[in-house]
Amino acid sequence: MSNFAYLGVLAFCFIGTLWLEIVLRTRVYRRWLRLILSVAPVIVIFVAWDLYAISANHWTFDSSQITGIIAVASLPLDELLFFVVIPCCAILTLEAVRSVRGWTVGDEPTRDGVGDES
Amino acid sequence: MSYTQLAIIGILVVIVGDLFVLRTRLLTRKIFWVSYAIIVFFQLVSNGLLTGFRIVRYNGEVIIGSSTPVEGPPPFIGDGRLVFAPVEDLMFGFALVLLTLSLWVFWGRIGVQRLPMAGPPRFSPGRKRDSESSP
Repeated sequence: MSNFAYLGVLAFCFIGTLWLEIVLRTRVYRRWLRLILSVAPVIVIFVAWDLYAISANHWTFDSSQITGIIAVASLPLDELLFFVVIPCCAILTLEAVRSVRGWTVGDEPTRDGVGDES
Repeated sequence: MSYTQLAIIGILVVIVGDLFVLRTRLLTRKIFWVSYAIIVFFQLVSNGLLTGFRIVRYNGEVIIGSSTPVEGPPPFIGDGRLVFAPVEDLMFGFALVLLTLSLWVFWGRIGVQRLPMAGPPRFSPGRKRDSESSP
């Protein structure tokens, strides 16, 4: 097995959603500040969970299928990148659905007296 | 604490976060559930790869099902697993996705890069035809 197996799965997720930014104009990566502010707390919380799970032997990683680089404490870099890539994919999906269907998410500007929707 | 217990607590905490702390109330919106349906399909695919190839291996003492076997993939379905992954991963994934989307909407609601909004799609022949037919 390749040391890039885990990274390969992440690449599949990243590239599999990247086209949404261009074709559906999701404008998620373009709004990078909002993206960082959204993903950073998720990384902190889920890395803490992951470190506990690793220390309590909830799960282990096949050393022959990950890069072997340790990101922080006992957390493999591959696993840290999971918490970067997957949230981005989730936000891209939400914005893709908004782009296609036009449904409200809750962050739309309130425009009193303006009923124009295109 | 077991993974099962932690996953349930994780879901509950994030639900409270969406409804009462961040007040984004995504759980009450159609767009969230349609997006989640798409996400969970691809979660089963990508997580199925991670668990089916045993890149990540689980300890049977902390999940509903058994440990990831030493040789060969875990069950595709059954023994507390769905597409090779422990069902706890579905709860973990739900918490991860809902927290992420709640935060994204939270920042937008308070005005952080609310604009430019998503869309319209670059290629939408259906929409073009609509605008041509209606004045």
